[in-house]
Amino acid sequence: MAERKVVKRRNRHYFLWIGVFWGVLALGIGLLYFSTLKIEYVWRWYRVPQYFLYKANIEIRADIDGDVVSIKPRSSGVIVKVKGPSDSAEYTVPDQSYLRVQEGDHVFPGDIIGTYSKWKPGLLLVGLYTTLKVSIIGIIFGIFIGLVAGLARISENPAFKWWSIVYIEIIRGSPLLVQIFIWYFVLGTLINTLLAKQGLQQLPPIYYGVASLAFFAGAYVAEIVRAGIQSIHRGQMEAARSLGMTYSQAMRYVILPQAFRRILPPLAGQFISLIKDSSLLGIIAIRELTKATREIVTTSLQPFELWFICALLYLILTFGLSMLMQYLERRFIIT
Amino acid sequence: MIRVENVSKTFFVPHEVKALDDVSCSVKRGEVVVIIGPSGSGKSTLLRCLNRLEYADTGHIYIDGVDVLDPKTDINKLRAEVGMVFQSFNLFPHKTVLENITLAQLIVRKRAKKEAIEKAMFLLEKVGIPEKANVYPDQLSGGQQQRVAIARALAMDPKVMLFDEPTSALDPEMIGEVLDVMKALAQEGMTMVVVTHEMGFAREAADRVIFMDHGKIVEVGTPEHFFTNPEHERTKLFLSQIL
Repeated sequence: MAERKVVKRRNRHYFLWIGVFWGVLALGIGLLYFSTLKIEYVWRWYRVPQYFLYKANIEIRADIDGDVVSIKPRSSGVIVKVKGPSDSAEYTVPDQSYLRVQEGDHVFPGDIIGTYSKWKPGLLLVGLYTTLKVSIIGIIFGIFIGLVAGLARISENPAFKWWSIVYIEIIRGSPLLVQIFIWYFVLGTLINTLLAKQGLQQLPPIYYGVASLAFFAGAYVAEIVRAGIQSIHRGQMEAARSLGMTYSQAMRYVILPQAFRRILPPLAGQFISLIKDSSLLGIIAIRELTKATREIVTTSLQPFELWFICALLYLILTFGLSMLMQYLERRFIIT
Repeated sequence: MIRVENVSKTFFVPHEVKALDDVSCSVKRGEVVVIIGPSGSGKSTLLRCLNRLEYADTGHIYIDGVDVLDPKTDINKLRAEVGMVFQSFNLFPHKTVLENITLAQLIVRKRAKKEAIEKAMFLLEKVGIPEKANVYPDQLSGGQQQRVAIARALAMDPKVMLFDEPTSALDPEMIGEVLDVMKALAQEGMTMVVVTHEMGFAREAADRVIFMDHGKIVEVGTPEHFFTNPEHERTKLFLSQIL
């Protein structure tokens, strides 16, 4: 294809307004910073990294009273054998240099046999991981629920259609926060009590959290799916049916593949909402990013830095998702 | 081959219209019947009732002895035997020309892939665009798209072909190529029902012409009789307006 030179006529004050943009931005940040100085807030950004990764001290302690009878190096580390008058125990220390005892030493319960430090993910990373996890699972189930509800919504069967309408209206008409409470405190209590009565294990809150997000997103996805299908020209269904395809064959091979491309952009918006909505799950004791940040703020007393970081991490997740969706969109339009 | 007995159909949306009013007619095997009439006369509705894209309110329709309006009839099986070509082509835009023609062969006729592709290529040859097998419909001209749509319908080996204003959405210079394909089909002995405004085609290819107005069949006759010596005033008026 021939290169075409695009000559853009710019407004006379184009660069002036670019300057204004950056100027106002800098002014806003400057004012914020200035006012924090006024209230004597001390910025301590250096305290933030430890909440991503920190070096944890790990101590291996004896839990019996006895003598160290042998220290043997193995591939997995050093095996320390302690023999007491009535019992014996083995402890594994990852490396010779971490040892704090020698052969023949007498140890009491609680004495340190070995100590070393190890990098561990901080609360922010743990929270980020949880947010990512509940969002991804919520999105997958949300797509599934939304597809089923969307197809039921346009079905001519009144049972399917009305179930779908009732579901969509209830979910869209009530606050997510209330839905999370209902999932956890009503359905959760019911299910867990019934499970306990059967002698089964109880489901942790994260199950109910994911369910509330998935059903919430599902209602919106259903409407997106419905609109997508209805945006496909009626003639497509007629052409497919006139060739002898059943309704479901026509849906599967002709309508849905076309609808899918159209619903990708609104779907992306819905999933970005879901990531942000997952911040509410902290209220049912799921330690996702927002709850993790709140916990850190109470211990570190550096709310300004941490809430900015928290927002930034959400931004990274949502931006990543929207990049992914744009990539998918391009792929599906080309093929 | 096709028998239509006292069929009526009323639409209530957007407002109450009696689209078909006690229509009866028949089409013999191998016959080419052209339906003409002013817009809103019910000719497309009649055609769409034949393969139950519209469900007629009353009356009976039989295609090859099968009762179309009987709810117990396997409508998908019947539709596979009745090819349909639409005014707006309705090709599947997400599939290539070849895939458009093979899709229903594979999932409705359950043919082997190789057989379906051979059939598709044979038909593309026949409609004169074998070189377009692997392009997408939006890369074709209107006339080419309509020829692919005809090939898609023929791939099911239908007993009857229905054409719903196949050239109305085409630029004038492309009408000829589509009509040529249809004429060739007529000469091969395909049973065809064609709703069209192309009087040239009616005159040349039709065995019989049906003129409809306000949901009723006004006049039926051979093309010669119809174009040279129409009986009804309404027919004369219509012909004088368009010829």
